[in-house]
Amino acid sequence: MRIPLSWLREYAQVPVDATAEDVMADLVTVGLEEEDVHRPSDSVSGPIVVGQVLDVVKEPQTNGKTINWCHVRVVPEGAEQTLTGDGIDPSGVQGIVCGAHNFEAGDKVVVTLPGAVLPGDFRITPRKTYGHTSAGMIASARELGIGDDHDGIIVLSRLGLDPEIGADAMALLGLTDEAAEINVTPDRGYCFSIRGVAREYALATGTSFTDPAAQVEVADASGEGYPVRLEDQAPVYGKPGCDRFVARAVRGVDASRPTPQWMASRLRLAGMRSISLVVDISNYVMLELGQPLHFYDVDKLQGPIVVRRANPGETLVTLDGKERKLSTEDLLITDDRGAVGLAGVMGGAETEVGDGTTNVLIESAHFDDVSMGRTRRRHKLPSEASKRNERGVDWEVADEAAQRAVDLLVELAGGTADTTATDAGTRPVPMVIDLPDGFASRLIGFDYSAEQIETALTGIGASIEQYDGGLRVTAPSWRPDLAIKEDLVEEIARLVGYDRIPATLPVAPPGRGLTRGQQQRRRVLQSLADAGLTEVLNYPFVSTEQNTTFGAPHTGTEVAAVKLANPISAEFGYLRTSLLPGLLETARRNHSRGFRDLALYEGGLVFLPGEKIGSEVLPPLGVKPSEEVLEELFAGIPEQPWHVGAVLTGHEAAPGAGFTPRAWEWSDAVDAALTVGDILGVELVVAQGEHQAFHPGRTAQLSLRTGEVVGYAGELHPKLLADLDLPARTAAMELNGEALFEAAADVIVAKPLSTFPLSTQDVALVVDSSVPAEAVREALREGAGELLEDIALFDVYSGTGIEPGKKSLAFGLRFRADDRTLTADEASAARAQGVELAAARCGAVQR
Amino acid sequence: MPSPLDEAAVAAAVEQAMMAFKAASDLDELKTARLAHVGEKSPLSLANREIGKLAKEDKAAAGKIIGPARGRINQALAARTAELEAEREAQILVEEAVDVTAAPRRRRAGARHPLSTLQERVSDIFVGMGWEIAEGPEVESEWFNFDALNFKPDHPAREMQDTFFVEPPEAHLVLRTHTSPVQVRSMLERDLPVYVLCPGRTFRTDELDATHTPVFHQFEGLAVDKGLTMADLRGTLEHFSRQMFGAEAKIRLRPAYFPFTEPSAEMDIWHPGAKGGPRWIEWGGCGMVNPNVLRAAGIDPEVYSGFAFGMGIERTLMFRNDVPDMHDMIEGDVRFSQHFGMEI
Repeated sequence: MRIPLSWLREYAQVPVDATAEDVMADLVTVGLEEEDVHRPSDSVSGPIVVGQVLDVVKEPQTNGKTINWCHVRVVPEGAEQTLTGDGIDPSGVQGIVCGAHNFEAGDKVVVTLPGAVLPGDFRITPRKTYGHTSAGMIASARELGIGDDHDGIIVLSRLGLDPEIGADAMALLGLTDEAAEINVTPDRGYCFSIRGVAREYALATGTSFTDPAAQVEVADASGEGYPVRLEDQAPVYGKPGCDRFVARAVRGVDASRPTPQWMASRLRLAGMRSISLVVDISNYVMLELGQPLHFYDVDKLQGPIVVRRANPGETLVTLDGKERKLSTEDLLITDDRGAVGLAGVMGGAETEVGDGTTNVLIESAHFDDVSMGRTRRRHKLPSEASKRNERGVDWEVADEAAQRAVDLLVELAGGTADTTATDAGTRPVPMVIDLPDGFASRLIGFDYSAEQIETALTGIGASIEQYDGGLRVTAPSWRPDLAIKEDLVEEIARLVGYDRIPATLPVAPPGRGLTRGQQQRRRVLQSLADAGLTEVLNYPFVSTEQNTTFGAPHTGTEVAAVKLANPISAEFGYLRTSLLPGLLETARRNHSRGFRDLALYEGGLVFLPGEKIGSEVLPPLGVKPSEEVLEELFAGIPEQPWHVGAVLTGHEAAPGAGFTPRAWEWSDAVDAALTVGDILGVELVVAQGEHQAFHPGRTAQLSLRTGEVVGYAGELHPKLLADLDLPARTAAMELNGEALFEAAADVIVAKPLSTFPLSTQDVALVVDSSVPAEAVREALREGAGELLEDIALFDVYSGTGIEPGKKSLAFGLRFRADDRTLTADEASAARAQGVELAAARCGAVQR
Repeated sequence: MPSPLDEAAVAAAVEQAMMAFKAASDLDELKTARLAHVGEKSPLSLANREIGKLAKEDKAAAGKIIGPARGRINQALAARTAELEAEREAQILVEEAVDVTAAPRRRRAGARHPLSTLQERVSDIFVGMGWEIAEGPEVESEWFNFDALNFKPDHPAREMQDTFFVEPPEAHLVLRTHTSPVQVRSMLERDLPVYVLCPGRTFRTDELDATHTPVFHQFEGLAVDKGLTMADLRGTLEHFSRQMFGAEAKIRLRPAYFPFTEPSAEMDIWHPGAKGGPRWIEWGGCGMVNPNVLRAAGIDPEVYSGFAFGMGIERTLMFRNDVPDMHDMIEGDVRFSQHFGMEI
């Protein structure tokens, strides 16, 4: 909301020298946030004066144009020119070349004299042109930044003005006024008016407030006015769409008269264009009192006005010329022919006032905020009227607003008011709220005095009466936001000042710290960074193809995914079921920026919907739903386990002097996954796996000891990498972190440490190439029994000396007993048992 | 021919040995000198052998000449050996010198994302105050995201132009627009009193630009207890802000409106280290929990009161660590995270 200061000053005690910034600094203390300053004089400066054209000589030019060589008197005849400076003629008459033709000798015009500056840093200086020295400019509205009209210069008489020659035209045109723009929160619709803001300004500064509504003398109506019937057949939430409809008629209006400058400039500063006198009056009253008005051309109305909901299939052409299909929930203003307006949102084209209108019917009505908001959203029709109506308008001000419009139409447009008036409907009952003694102080933690409370509540316009134990507060008709006692406490706290609230630190009961799950997650994330990977955070939006490829190991599996109803991009309209699409996209982006050696990881949720998506149940607010209903809500929420994933591409480091870095490969991805297991103390079993996103021969499936598959690691499929424009051999892994957390032991039981000597033995076994090393290792371990402390694969060999189709696996075995020094024979015997089992299970032959 | 045991001859032999040792410029030359002057064929060894041939009564006198002489030579040899060994060691170290500025970086340290690190830092401050960290799903029931938080059915935030809805919309699932639904879950699941911080990822249908992103992070605090006041809210925020921004940080509250709090306030922080000098910066929203929110969780607002606050992690990172553009936080450019390392 933009507040012209000249307008605010009519109803609040704003110091003469206060700027828009000063006003905003006061308003912010009561909760009206500062947005912007609109000050024409920041871009326009004088001397800009009223001049009278003495003579006009038309001079045709060789370029086909005709210019006017004019003499313009800029000081009254007989008076002295007090201005001095380059180009100021001491005679008080300036010679000016003007290209416009919409004026003649004798017209009073706006003259920007040498030294003046116009918007766009346009400096006026005397200049030689068309064989004359043109010392100044006769200005158009557009050049002054006060309108779009550039058909010609401003002729003051056509604006209804006849000022003295030499008068300051800036003041005359409102260019010395300025506006403060404030942000109004949705609960305070009354601040979309000078009336509301003036009240707040007075409260903020402790000065007096003059209610503009109280300045209006509402005429005593005699007899019935224009017939109006309120017939809402389908109220929303049981509230009638219109509960008050005031109608007044003014006849014999001259709609072609100009809008007076003071009104036009205030509207302009408030951010509204001046359109025509009649429309401007309606906007002016709305801005001043906060009551949206609608003017009808009475002669175009057919029969009584009926306010009702739309019928199925009904349409309306609104003021903007668009035909709108109406919903049966839309509230309409109708006459005998049907809809003539979307109530409170936008009028219809057929009954619109125009230049030819002579008889005006003023509608000043109170509409239901919810109904207004729905219609505005349904038709995407944000208007100044709907903005106010959907936040709630003062239901008591309809009379005064109508009267104010009547007065202005009579005064400025030469109309005559009907003595009759319509006031249909039953206004709402004001909200009465009990505020128990001491409640405000208890909730805020500041000891408010009875006087502070009363001053605040009466200041906002509430009426109060004492009851046993507190105050009974009747909320003002313009504050539909006040409904509970906490609302009143906010009013008291903000008006006494939020800065008065002290600071005390409450003591929470002893806590348990981070949960185990939170600690596990942190450790995993930190350990991957410690291992040299870089954490990234990706959007969870993916395409259905990405989910199909990464969300299931086998092709052709239907991957259930959460679909968004309104995604930012239709292509990425699903939520991820795997972290890898995001990681790969980020790898690709880094790659294209010249970073070829990448080790990226991410921890985050994936979204795995079950059969049930959500629930049609939507319980009401302000009440705890039953356990059954809560169960129903919980059951509809998709599973969202926490995953951790990594992508490795390029080399593990940049090359250095005397150092050739290793290229990342499939085994690094497996290693990263095993590292996560190690960190959590969960053993991961590696097996040859299959996953459509991975290289068919280089995929490790990772499982828990229980057999539950918890992830995959390895080299990504070469075709996929080519499609993604990523280098060959790029590796990746992804684990279901949640499954690992659950598998982790609550308490890790210590193992006794034997200090008897170690006995080491190596063994090389030849097996078929297809036999996984892990299977041989497992057989050796099992066969060797309890004496085996540790076993590690240290070489895989095939080639000379090994039969084709076979490979040699070399293991290092460490034997140790808990209770004695092992003899070499004991260790060898244990090894032999291992080899025996490996031979039996895997066909292994000792080399 | 003079006797090799002649005092003068011995002295000369000693003198020669000394000179030879001194003249030796490295350990190899010293070895040659040693063989010549201490070896079996050296004059003094030979002279020593002569002693055996002497008459018993003369042996002692000869021994007194030869013994000290050999002692001096051995001492000199040892001294010169030590000298030359030290020289050689020093030489080796000189030769082994490298250009330390050319050391390769074999192992690159990884990095955390600053949004994660900041989130953990904030959580730790509250854990230190005895609060707990609460979390919830990102796809959330509309009731938890809106109704339970006192958003009326017609509240504009519930429109599709602001909130991501899951298909079909009648299933009433949304991508949570704030972490506030976790507050409701906390109140439903926990015993009173409740002091929780809810950090996490949130979603709104904004296009990505320098200051907006459809996916962002928040942390919200909620305390519900008997007798909590807005002064408690202010004290909590001040304590927290000082942990984050230093002892000079302070909080300013301005009246505001949120459906889930009453009274409500916008919170500004006085940031002593702000780029371009200390100033007030809009940080987030806060207020006393609206009684309807307490009721939605089955808590009697006549017995309990609560306060809540919420801030954006991206916004905090922007002004705390001077990140001018949101793109840097979400694009995953490794330079961004690596610049921070593990710190914030």
